[in-house]
Amino acid sequence: MSTPEPDGTEPAVAVPDNSEAAADPSDVLRVEHVSKRFGAVTALIDVNMRLRQGEVLALLGDNGAGKSTLLKILCGFQPPDSGRIILNGQEVTLKSVDAARALGIDVVYQDLALIDQLTVYHNMFLKREAVRWPLLNNRAMRKLARQRLDDMGIGLKSVDAEVARLSGGQRQAIAIARAIYSDAKVLLLDEPLAAMGAKEAALILDLIRNIKRQGDVSVIVIAHNYAQVLEIADRVNLLQQGKITFDKPSAETSVQELNDIVIAEYRRALEERQRSA
Amino acid sequence: MSDTVQQAPDLAGGTPAEPTPGGRVWNGVKRAALLFAEQRAATVLVVVVLLVIYFGFISSASSTFLTSDNIANITWTVAPWAIIAIGEVFLLVCGELDLSVGFVLGFSPFLMHYLIDFYGVPPVLAVLLCLLMGLAVGFANGFITVTLGVPSFITTLGTGFILQGIMLVTSHAYPATIPASAAGVGKLLGSWPWAEITWTIILVAAFQVVLSRTRWGLHTVAVGGNILGASEAGISIPKIKYGNFMITGFMGALTGLMVTFQTNSIDPSNASYTPMFYAIAGAVIGGTALAGGSGTIIGAFLGTLVLAILFDGFNLIGISANPQPIILGGAILVAMIANVQLARLRRAGRTR
Repeated sequence: MSTPEPDGTEPAVAVPDNSEAAADPSDVLRVEHVSKRFGAVTALIDVNMRLRQGEVLALLGDNGAGKSTLLKILCGFQPPDSGRIILNGQEVTLKSVDAARALGIDVVYQDLALIDQLTVYHNMFLKREAVRWPLLNNRAMRKLARQRLDDMGIGLKSVDAEVARLSGGQRQAIAIARAIYSDAKVLLLDEPLAAMGAKEAALILDLIRNIKRQGDVSVIVIAHNYAQVLEIADRVNLLQQGKITFDKPSAETSVQELNDIVIAEYRRALEERQRSA
Repeated sequence: MSDTVQQAPDLAGGTPAEPTPGGRVWNGVKRAALLFAEQRAATVLVVVVLLVIYFGFISSASSTFLTSDNIANITWTVAPWAIIAIGEVFLLVCGELDLSVGFVLGFSPFLMHYLIDFYGVPPVLAVLLCLLMGLAVGFANGFITVTLGVPSFITTLGTGFILQGIMLVTSHAYPATIPASAAGVGKLLGSWPWAEITWTIILVAAFQVVLSRTRWGLHTVAVGGNILGASEAGISIPKIKYGNFMITGFMGALTGLMVTFQTNSIDPSNASYTPMFYAIAGAVIGGTALAGGSGTIIGAFLGTLVLAILFDGFNLIGISANPQPIILGGAILVAMIANVQLARLRRAGRTR
């Protein structure tokens, strides 16, 4: 498959061009030559990214590197200026978050999605409640929530608990479980381990491992903590200043290598600033 | 997702074993006890019972307090507050409030009078049109608040004044007499002494079920609890808010007719902020959080009942009306402090 070069944006560094290898039918999601600009600020420059079926891809990068812009494009929150998004071999236009979700792309933001005042099972079924008209079928929802959480290996004492009473890790796990059971095929996890203790993070990492083992859902983990994410990711992409500068299987890289790249980047930025000052 | 059982990373306490029948009973008792401690309605019910015992058997008013005349008197006080509180609870829970409802209450019987006496509309249809007017005011409040983005405090302050003005202009600020042809429907709505409280109990029960056992109620709580999260889940925020403004407008119009039939007059002085304030005070005493996300209709009903019993009891034992606002203010503050502190305790109760 040949794609036209986007005009104007000439990559400054050697960008691994995934799109040329894009004929691989096992790709569930492909991002091709996506650029995004906000006024004078270029947030994404000719980004190419691929996600294979059942894969866990770590998308790493510093604050401001363009991670959240890419995330917002992928979940339908905002459109790219140019480039294509290909889902299961077909080009798609993600008009809205709902449209993306209907196509099976779902995003889980840390600590945003759940309603504190509602129970675990009401949260899990919010907007897709079991109803015995005109009333909610709480019994069915409770039972199904219990079963789904157990299936995913999320140990919770009670699905009747108000979500406000749960820990950050448990809340995140419930939000992920909800996305999985709303038929998500591509799951975007935005900083799933941020502000979490080791025990909490282990719960989420185990959950992602479980998802991987089942193989139905492909996951992009957006994070800036390398060590923890390398543990579960199949592959690592590094986003720097709006460009994907690095794409390797996690087995072939290390925290050390990633750190070195990022530190080199800092040095260069620092020198540039000193030169212009 | 497959049905294969995974090796569960069991960090959060594990799944409970199948409960034995005896254990289930004990769990039920424990859960009921917890519910009782947590549910404000239960606490307020205890207060109601204590007040009845005090005024009915201990105080100097015990000879009159439990007479049917006095009980009817209390029901006439509490009914308008409690019915309006139904709407206000739905609004407060989803993060809004309505100051205009007292003026919907005031205008509604005048509208009925105009429709029947000036336009020859049959009484039952006139009543329905009044209720429709309440829904329309609620829709307007929703439109200005949700679609135009004005905070509901200001929106309903404005619409309340407008309604008051319309009522004063059209009535020339004079009371009117109830159309004779409306006597039949009036009996059903308020001129039979127990009509108001009967409707109150039916509506409180029905709307408590709506709030706690239907999708509408669940989505109302979700919108008030976390508007971003609710919207993320696909809930239409405008639909919920418009709907709850309309419920409140409807309750205001209905209450206006009831008060008119019960007092047997159409009085412009019925239009005021007072019933709305007592409704919100009752809701807060009954455990509704002004910040949204939680509240019960039964709690609000019991909260307004506490206020009605207090006022009635004080009158009977000869305490003048002057210090009553102090009691009201104190009750509101105590209830609100309890709300806030309970919420803080809950957050502290999160498992780490």
